Amino acid sequence: MHQFVQALDWIFTGSNWDQVNFGTGIRGQLAYHVELSLISLVIATAIAIPVGLVVGHKRRGQFLAVSVANLGRAIPSFALLVLAFIVVSNLWPSLGFSMLPTTIALVLLAIPPILTNTYVGIQAVDADTVEAARGMGLSERQVLFRLEVPLAAPLIMAGLRTSAVTVVATATLAGFAGGGGLGVFLYLGFTQQGQQHILIGGAMLVAALAILTEVVFGGFERLVTPRTHSGRRTRKAQGQVPEPRAIAA
Amino acid sequence: MIAQALHPPTIWEWVGDHTSLILSRLGQHAELTIIAVAIGLAISLPLSIVAYRHSRVYPPITWFTGLMYTIPSVALFVLLIPFTGLSNVTVEIGLVSYTLLILIRNIVVGLRGVSEDVKEAAVGMGYTRRQLLWRVELPMALPAIVAGVRVATVSTVGLVTVGFIIGHGGLGELIIEGLNRFYTPEVIVGVVMSVALALVADGLLLLLERRLTPWARSGTRVRPFLRTQTDAVTA
Repeated sequence: MHQFVQALDWIFTGSNWDQVNFGTGIRGQLAYHVELSLISLVIATAIAIPVGLVVGHKRRGQFLAVSVANLGRAIPSFALLVLAFIVVSNLWPSLGFSMLPTTIALVLLAIPPILTNTYVGIQAVDADTVEAARGMGLSERQVLFRLEVPLAAPLIMAGLRTSAVTVVATATLAGFAGGGGLGVFLYLGFTQQGQQHILIGGAMLVAALAILTEVVFGGFERLVTPRTHSGRRTRKAQGQVPEPRAIAA
Repeated sequence: MIAQALHPPTIWEWVGDHTSLILSRLGQHAELTIIAVAIGLAISLPLSIVAYRHSRVYPPITWFTGLMYTIPSVALFVLLIPFTGLSNVTVEIGLVSYTLLILIRNIVVGLRGVSEDVKEAAVGMGYTRRQLLWRVELPMALPAIVAGVRVATVSTVGLVTVGFIIGHGGLGELIIEGLNRFYTPEVIVGVVMSVALALVADGLLLLLERRLTPWARSGTRVRPFLRTQTDAVTA
């Protein structure tokens, strides 16, 4: 257990937040990690939610949504990261070690869960309810934003949560493919002699950040989940909404 | 040597020269995956049955497996090093722990979806609890269970590549070696082979599901509850 104690000691030593082995300290790498993850998540959301809304509202294009989800699952995240690094390094050699390759990989990785969940959530809204709304004179836009989006919101947030956790986890691997972030400490720990405390400490920081991400986004998810009359929040407000975590898988 | 540096081998030349290496990495990758999913299933099945019968046990189980699922694989592999070293046991523990959430969720959803009428009919015919489980509930939950096994398998194939960090990454070793040597063909071979392995495994499991559930093919293939519950997963 003393490795874990040493690792905790390393984390809680203030100077390590400023500088580690004469390089960027924990604070810098953590900020970079979070920044990279947030940028990627925002871009992915900006792409995936509109597409999911349109495809889901038209109740068509299931093939597209399912293919994207399956492809996203079949391509290892690490492979995506390395491929993005190689492609960018070949096309623009000066950008190989910038944020660009990692961001591209993380965006591609974050799109499938958000897209699929948005699509499934919108599409799962009861067809009769939608017809009733149209009958009441709601325009297509109103049907989408006043009816379908609120009902699909918990599932869309579940997709965001899945993507956020995946992005934070995968950003770690960027440390092995020319990028920065907390993965750099794992890289240091593996490649330099006698740095096991940095290795284990880095892994602890990564795990803590992932769990924190899950908790924060889980909170967002609960915020948008409607309460039923019994006061218990339910995901089955429509009786149709699939289990978010089954999809998260 | 100089000629080689000036004209690095093409991807086909490299594949031709390294067939046995590629095949051994592929074999290692498949072995790590199969063992992880098999152990995962052996743990998930009894746990799911308990959770299905005693619904109070379900939340803590999903809480714990969800926590394991949230910890990134790189971090988990590293945190296990002090206990199991740089061995393939470390990789397997990590891989198994990632299959649990997926498998348990799908098995429980499948079991819960078995119609009450069918169960009552079976009990009326004199089935004991054990017979009900093995002859009615589990067979009827099979599509959801296989859906879970498919997702778990495909995810595991992807996760194995991360095992490179402790030297047991299967095809992931080709990817990292190619990256370290700036030799793109090796990376591409590693990526293509691991995607292919995932797709082939998924296809084989789909065929297995069709064989195991011949009743599902007649008429509407999937019962309504399964469509809504595991739509994205079955796909």
